[in-house]
Amino acid sequence: MDLLEKLTILSDAAKYDAACTSSGARRGFREGMIGDASSSLAGCCHTFSSDGRCVTLLKVLLTNCCVYDCKYCVNRRSNDTRRAMFSPEELAELTIGFYRRNYIEGLFLSSGVFRSPDETTELMIKALRILRETYRFNGYIHAKAIPGTSPELVEQLGFLADRLSVNIELPSEAGLRLLAPDKSRQAILSPMRQIQNGRAQNREELAKYRHAPRFAPAGQSTQLIVGATGDSDLQILRLTQGLYDRYRLKRVFFSAYVPVVENALLPARDTKPPLLREHRLYQADWLLRFYGFRAEELLDEGAPDFNPLVDPKCSWALAHLDFFPVEVNTADYETLLRVPGIGVTSARRILSARRTGRLRPEDLKKLGVVLKRARYFLTASGKLAPGGRISGEALARTLIVAEAPGAADPPMRQLSLFDSVPQGA
Amino acid sequence: MPEVIYLYDGSLDGFLCCIFESYAKKEIPTDILQEELWEPTLYSVRAVPSDVAHARRVLRRVAVLSPYAADLLQRGFLTCLDRRELFLYRMVAKLLREGPGFLRNPADEVLYPIIKAVRALNGEAQLLRGFVRFSEFSGVLGAEIEPKNRVLPLLRGHFCSRYRNEAFFIYDRVHREALFYADGKARIVPLEHFEMEAPGAEEAGYRLLWKRFYDTVAIRERYNPKCRMTHMPKRYWNTMTEFQPPSYFRAKNSPSERAVPFAPNGRPGLAKPAESGPSDPG
Ligand code: SF4
Repeated sequence: MDLLEKLTILSDAAKYDAACTSSGARRGFREGMIGDASSSLAGCCHTFSSDGRCVTLLKVLLTNCCVYDCKYCVNRRSNDTRRAMFSPEELAELTIGFYRRNYIEGLFLSSGVFRSPDETTELMIKALRILRETYRFNGYIHAKAIPGTSPELVEQLGFLADRLSVNIELPSEAGLRLLAPDKSRQAILSPMRQIQNGRAQNREELAKYRHAPRFAPAGQSTQLIVGATGDSDLQILRLTQGLYDRYRLKRVFFSAYVPVVENALLPARDTKPPLLREHRLYQADWLLRFYGFRAEELLDEGAPDFNPLVDPKCSWALAHLDFFPVEVNTADYETLLRVPGIGVTSARRILSARRTGRLRPEDLKKLGVVLKRARYFLTASGKLAPGGRISGEALARTLIVAEAPGAADPPMRQLSLFDSVPQGA
Repeated sequence: MPEVIYLYDGSLDGFLCCIFESYAKKEIPTDILQEELWEPTLYSVRAVPSDVAHARRVLRRVAVLSPYAADLLQRGFLTCLDRRELFLYRMVAKLLREGPGFLRNPADEVLYPIIKAVRALNGEAQLLRGFVRFSEFSGVLGAEIEPKNRVLPLLRGHFCSRYRNEAFFIYDRVHREALFYADGKARIVPLEHFEMEAPGAEEAGYRLLWKRFYDTVAIRERYNPKCRMTHMPKRYWNTMTEFQPPSYFRAKNSPSERAVPFAPNGRPGLAKPAESGPSDPG
């Protein structure tokens, strides 16, 4: 089988995995080595595929041969699909060839379970060794730790990769038992814990010896599949928050389940992937990480799922109208961030600009505030932005219209309008 | 005050000398134009010669008052903002008149057009860090771009660090200049004309591997061309490997009849991996 064909099979098999940012590695050029990982800081996109996703890394499986049988996966052993495998040498050479042409920022290496988790991880380690040691590759590497791999091998992997991740796969233990019988929550969480501890220990060593080898310097992330099981958004968001709090993860990625297989336990083959739901989860994840929100503020048992019609921040604002309007000339940073249409950048610009004088409604657009959402929630020098005075149900309706046109969102689920929009004023 | 238009040689130094001239002569130019772009009008014109010492003095003066303004001045000069010289002149004049206070307000009317243009420049440079595609010709890496703004000075640091031990060049087809790097030294020089050589067998092979990867990673169920266009406007596609016609993937000296194995027309990923070996394009 030639390289082109292998690449086709092994990138096709890896593509449903969402995690593809390379942010967080800070490593400049090193003498005698190829490349650096500093630009990765901004998550440099090298292209966008026709589904609109950012392509940063050469994302492939080492092999799609797998002895496991996860029901939702194209590579499961009971599926009749073509199998291929890169040799470690081939993979290393391909990565360098792509990197030098500026096609990619680095490698994202995952794999099916070839014979056993340990044997697979050994092959991955071999490929990364060639890349780092023979080709002197200094760019970004993200490697998947396969549940069930022995701790010594996970450790070796961590010293070669910038980021490690273990897929949490499904939001609940019950889901795992049902759909991924070969994986247990324990087998997933223990490498996660090991990576976290490994990083902490490595930080101490680095404090003592500046040239100690670095263990997964860009931290760890995970991915979970949304929509293969019946778990609610609240369950998913709580789990996400827990992973940030307890395992110090850098990112949790969500991947809308694409039905690639027919199975009575899974959504039917013709089910559309829940892209809007995935989008809402990412928006909420953003609110957790950068806006100081907690999962419990965004959802509760009474309304455990996101409103498909408005984004989570607008949803929160509509449920807390007494918090508004916010006066942009006096509000603190955290308060500004709660206004729909004000983001991290525009909030900072507001803080800076108002030092030179009072802001007027007409200044806001230039500062990057999205007025079509923000105008209902703020005042500038006591004045509302033009068109800013409406309330209650009309407001919810206006915001829905404001989001819909031109949004990159896929067509929305059919729902009776205002299902779960709070009606209060 | 008599109306006068300054003409300069098109360089940043030349432009800075126009600012110097205006203060030396205590006059406000009606316009500041590159010599090449000037067309005779009723206004009187004066060619302002480039003088490195004068240029330095202006830049230093601005930088002392505000390093941020000095940065905007240098970056603003690289933008495609229409009449950027006049906008930048006004910013410097306001800075010298009022001090740096107004610089903290991005909504300031003198500042806003410049900031907007510089944001576009920075944005374009940021995107191009990813979108530039290199080809290898006997050990040297070469790329071509078609940017709206003069981004080469902004790309220099990034690519020099990425390819520290390599030799490479990037040619800007629009502004006809090239960034050359070898042996740890980088230069940006005007270059009227440049044409890329046809690829060798290995290079053609990598192009094809990349295109195949690109076509394969898209998920059909998530096809969303609008989203792609938002993130990667079409004007960048012309110099990107993945959007080139079949001839781009043919090695020089290879029989041109041999068809290139393509994924179906760049459409969302393959349901089944393509058959091995040469097949019809599209
Ligand atoms: S372990 Fe499960 S998810 Fe991973 S490749 Fe094998 S079958 Fe697929």
